[in-house]
Amino acid sequence: MHAAGLTVVRGPRTVLRGLGFTVPRGQITGLLGPSGCGKSTLMRAIVGTQAKVSGTLDVLGRPAGHPTLRTRVGYVTQSPSVYDDLTVRQNLDYFAAILDPGRAAAGRRRDDVTRAIADVDLTSHTDALAGNLSGGQRGRVSLAVALLGTPELLVLDEPTVGLDPVLRRDLWNLFHHLAATRGATLLVSSHVMDEAERCHRLLLMREGEILADDTPDALRTRTGADTVEAAFLHLVDEAVAAGRTKESAR
Amino acid sequence: MSTTATTGAQAHHHAQPRTHTRALSAARTTATAARVLRQLRHDPRTIALMLLVPCLMLVLLRYVFDSSPRTFDNIGASLLGIFPLITMFLVTSIATLRERTSGTLERLLAMPLGKGDLIAGYALAFGSVAIIQSALATGLALWFLGLDVTGSAWLLLLVALLDALLGTALGLFVSAFAASEFQAVQFMPAVIFPQLLLCGLFTARSNMHPVLEAISDVLPMSYAVDGMNQVLRHTDMTTTFVRDVLIVAGCALLVLGLGAATLRRRTV
Ligand SMILES: Nc1ncnc2c1ncn2[C@@H]1O[C@H](COP(=O)(O)OP(=O)(O)OP(=O)(O)O)[C@@H](O)[C@H]1O
Ligand SMILES: [Mg+2]
Repeated sequence: MHAAGLTVVRGPRTVLRGLGFTVPRGQITGLLGPSGCGKSTLMRAIVGTQAKVSGTLDVLGRPAGHPTLRTRVGYVTQSPSVYDDLTVRQNLDYFAAILDPGRAAAGRRRDDVTRAIADVDLTSHTDALAGNLSGGQRGRVSLAVALLGTPELLVLDEPTVGLDPVLRRDLWNLFHHLAATRGATLLVSSHVMDEAERCHRLLLMREGEILADDTPDALRTRTGADTVEAAFLHLVDEAVAAGRTKESAR
Repeated sequence: MSTTATTGAQAHHHAQPRTHTRALSAARTTATAARVLRQLRHDPRTIALMLLVPCLMLVLLRYVFDSSPRTFDNIGASLLGIFPLITMFLVTSIATLRERTSGTLERLLAMPLGKGDLIAGYALAFGSVAIIQSALATGLALWFLGLDVTGSAWLLLLVALLDALLGTALGLFVSAFAASEFQAVQFMPAVIFPQLLLCGLFTARSNMHPVLEAISDVLPMSYAVDGMNQVLRHTDMTTTFVRDVLIVAGCALLVLGLGAATLRRRTV
């Protein structure tokens, strides 16, 4: 995935300001930054649901939002987007039928759905209504939808929010497994800085701009910090200071 | 979990046929219709209301006009056309509004689902509910309440079905302009009531002020009600009936097309 001069306007605000970055294939890239910095907007631009996008944004060798990408990209929105009045299995059955339609594919779909439910550890809730699940469980149903089929790119908007440490570890193991065995590319946004350590690469964002695009190790070395969190804070302080000097120079 | 992921990865080695988004795919349309009906099935109270309220209204009407069966015939036949339109309008506008606000629409449109598939799926699902609703209401009116119809009951059903499709189409269309459920229900008096007043239910359209008559000439419900009245009075299909049916069907298709145009893959 490659972006250059990527700008997005939402309402009166310019939310992304001329972003440029490259996300390598087959790796997990973490997208980190404070609330409101534009993570979700960037993800929506990548999956092609965001309007008013300008600049270059190529995804798997095609312009973002290209019709052929719709089966190749899995996307999890920040708030769970599932049907509350359907059971877990019925939800997945429907989305699977959209991705891989036809009666001939019914058997393959059934296996795929069972596997996706197991991947997010909801097998014991297969026949529960999504509306009766806890917040974290609904989020996992939403995640399972993105795991259907064989997406080459997974765009996950805060998939581990509100989950316990055990489940978070298991999901991160799953992400690594997908990247390692299937060569899937993952872009995962998060608020939680300790998850950053689990990514191959990190994109640090602040106020619609990219602060850093590097591996966790390189970030720590460059800033002389012990943790990614400290490195991030260091970079933010730097950026704020640079902004002040620019302002006072005027 | 990692073990299940392993089996999953093996399953992934099956080559999946990569179907591209076409304007209409029968499999995706029926999957959508089945999903909408499944959602409805988890909500039995809504089903009961959809099916029973028209019947109860007809019973009520029958005894309100206890002493003038002719009036019951007129209003009853018109209502057989109006009920499906109103019910489907309400149900569809709320259902699609929910789809827009819950994020499932964004998700679906990022998937290989054609807009036409979604709309046809809704039309198919609510159309089948409308058939059951109309069959119950028509059966009750004809056989138990003594509604005196000259033409065939099948034609009544046909008009009722087209009215239901028109209601679905209108509901889908207005849901694009509603930001909340409150607004969506308010569209019902805004869109449906004027048509109800002008469709010839209360007084023949030819007796209205010419301006109102002209307006009623371009409102689809006028033709829905007129179609019902044609069946009421004539043994066979009149040319007016055919015209009415074509106009209602044409309007439904037109508004469905407009509804499709309000579905945007990219939103602000
Ligand atoms: N529908 C919208 N219309 C107008 N502006 C919006 C809309 N949604 C978000 N914004 C603005 O865009 C900016 C970025 O929002 P975005 O949702 O991308 O942030 P985020 O980094 O994902 O935040 P969080 O971590 O809280 O999810 C915010 O300043 C927000 O006010
Ligand atoms: Mg966000």
